[in-house]
Amino acid sequence: MAISDPIRQGLARGWKVTDASRLERDLALEADVVVVGTGAGGGVTAEILTRAGLTVILVEEGALRSSSDFRMREGEAYPELYQESGARKTLDKSINILQGRAVGGSTTVNWTSSFRTPGATLAYWQSEFGLTDLGADALAPWFARMEQRLGISPWTVPPNENNDLLRRGAEKLGISWGVIQRNVRGCWNLGYCGMGCPTNAKQSMLVTTIPAALDAGARLLTRTRADRLRIAAGRVAALECRALDAAGTDLRPQRITIRARHYVLAAGAIGSPAILLRSRAPDPYRNLGARTFLHPVVVSSAVMAERVDGYKGAPQTVYSDHFLEQAPVDGPMGFKLEAPPIHPVLYGMTLQGFGAGHTALMHEFAHAHALIALLRDGFHPESPGGMVGLRDDGSPVLSYPLTSFVWDGARRALLAMAELQFAAGAKRVFPVHEQVADGYASWREARAGIAQLPLVPFKTRVVSAHVMGGCGMAADPRRGVTDSRGRHWHLDNLSVHDGSLFPTSIGANPQLSIYGLTARNASLLAEALARRRAPA
Amino acid sequence: MRRRTFLKAGVAGTVLLAGAARIPAAAARAADSMAARGLSSADRVVVAAIAPVMLAGALPAGEAKAKAVASVVDGVSQAVAGMPPATRRELGELFMLLDLAPTRRLVAGVSRPWPEASVGEIAAFLQAWRMSRLALLQSGYHALHDLIVAAWYAQPESWPPLAYPGPPEV
Repeated sequence: MAISDPIRQGLARGWKVTDASRLERDLALEADVVVVGTGAGGGVTAEILTRAGLTVILVEEGALRSSSDFRMREGEAYPELYQESGARKTLDKSINILQGRAVGGSTTVNWTSSFRTPGATLAYWQSEFGLTDLGADALAPWFARMEQRLGISPWTVPPNENNDLLRRGAEKLGISWGVIQRNVRGCWNLGYCGMGCPTNAKQSMLVTTIPAALDAGARLLTRTRADRLRIAAGRVAALECRALDAAGTDLRPQRITIRARHYVLAAGAIGSPAILLRSRAPDPYRNLGARTFLHPVVVSSAVMAERVDGYKGAPQTVYSDHFLEQAPVDGPMGFKLEAPPIHPVLYGMTLQGFGAGHTALMHEFAHAHALIALLRDGFHPESPGGMVGLRDDGSPVLSYPLTSFVWDGARRALLAMAELQFAAGAKRVFPVHEQVADGYASWREARAGIAQLPLVPFKTRVVSAHVMGGCGMAADPRRGVTDSRGRHWHLDNLSVHDGSLFPTSIGANPQLSIYGLTARNASLLAEALARRRAPA
Repeated sequence: MRRRTFLKAGVAGTVLLAGAARIPAAAARAADSMAARGLSSADRVVVAAIAPVMLAGALPAGEAKAKAVASVVDGVSQAVAGMPPATRRELGELFMLLDLAPTRRLVAGVSRPWPEASVGEIAAFLQAWRMSRLALLQSGYHALHDLIVAAWYAQPESWPPLAYPGPPEV
């Protein structure tokens, strides 16, 4: 059955899309607003601003790919659709970071989990960062609007076995669990969301807001790296971009200069701070790039008696917040439990060991159950997060110290996951740690073994798919890079519209937090720009 | 990681390198060649030797094995070629350490050239780096692990023993 491809149809209708890897000469462009990045923040911004009648240019360093290209193969998807082929790492290489790099950003490859920003997180932002206008009640209509726009609703299809094991284990232990809301319409329940949705069911920016913006006349530049903002007299005067080659890794000589009335950074929580750092943007209180959070993730694998087939079916549909609720938000680090998709490359890379031991685990692939714990960072003095900096070549790199406070949470998470997996019937449990060779055969054994594990970088596999912070919001310019509307404290015509705004981690998969906050801030920006344009 | 930190940290972390005076120029050459493309022929030899040990029990036996190893080497090379320049440079430094005889002996502990090294010797090298106290060597191990494992399990040939049917038809 042929699946219609809204991107190829749009291109045929005459969308203004320029692939800079084919550019033959420099370009100079103008618009009302230039938006850097086409992920959750950039997509929503582009749709709202074009609807308000503003001219918009979107700048994306990834390529424009669509359902016709999405063949559900890891070997193609990671190099095509992820930052650094899915191998982005922190400065000391101890944390693997999965981040999208394509039109649609991470929304093109995420696993569709949608949660409103938790009330505890918003309350902490109010009390610690003075963000009194971002309360749960004030944001509720914005979340509702984006839920409607993106088809976000609870997943009513029965969970796949990998997720049902999370549910059954939680019930056995008497801990709370819930059904995840997903941004899908007419989902085929295939399980390959992380490689780009082949059926356009996932309501990513790629098939929703970006087509809407392009239909309304926005212009999209792909394979284009936003290099730096030209800053003069407290304002941004231009955005200077560089063309990338077809692989999207190396610079070409062509330059693109864009002048706009207003500039929006939505390049993600590594990319947006990096542009401001390269631009030497004013940062009198040294907030830029600081307080970058990851939801550091530790992983527990288990072997079940029956087949699990964790590659099949919607990837994350059941969660448990029980361990987020055991202590106050600013207490010992809490964590959210989810059940990730299991595919050969990602699973093989994640598993500990090499040679016969690793192969033996891989041969249990169809019986493998996996749980991940997302640690809620940024709510405690001993959890200040990481720092985005620049390499000599100007490319960004995140340093993120794994402190004893984080490891304390990681150990409780590995214990909790092992107990839950045994409760769900696991034959053996393998916390992903280089010193766990044969796994544990019982909860009793696991409890004793995990208590003794040296939790240190590299020995313990730590990954992240949620980068947040680095351009944090605060009511006081001494505490943040932007105000609560995402307006830069020191540059008049610059806003940040992405996860880098968050002054802490979210404590849940962040996409809906970005959608809702951006819908609000882009709407406020559209009003402000309309006012400024009105005749005096 | 800043340019050449991999090498600098290697020098700092292993006094053993102190005598190898020709290394910096060679490092620069290796890193620059890596910045330009995928694996060099010397790097390919290293990966071809390490892959069967990293993937012990996973690769087919007999004549099919050489073909599988070659496909893993190609996959690693393609993955490296697709990395951003800064990452390619760091990987270039890692492979330079493994390519050159003095550092192969002193840092990896592999006494013979890679094609002649025994399975036991290569496994001991991987295990030593994996369990090392030095972040540099641990990160080197993980880079090799992730590149080689990904290159193999991306291939449909690796899926039958996993009972993984591959992606569905759409």
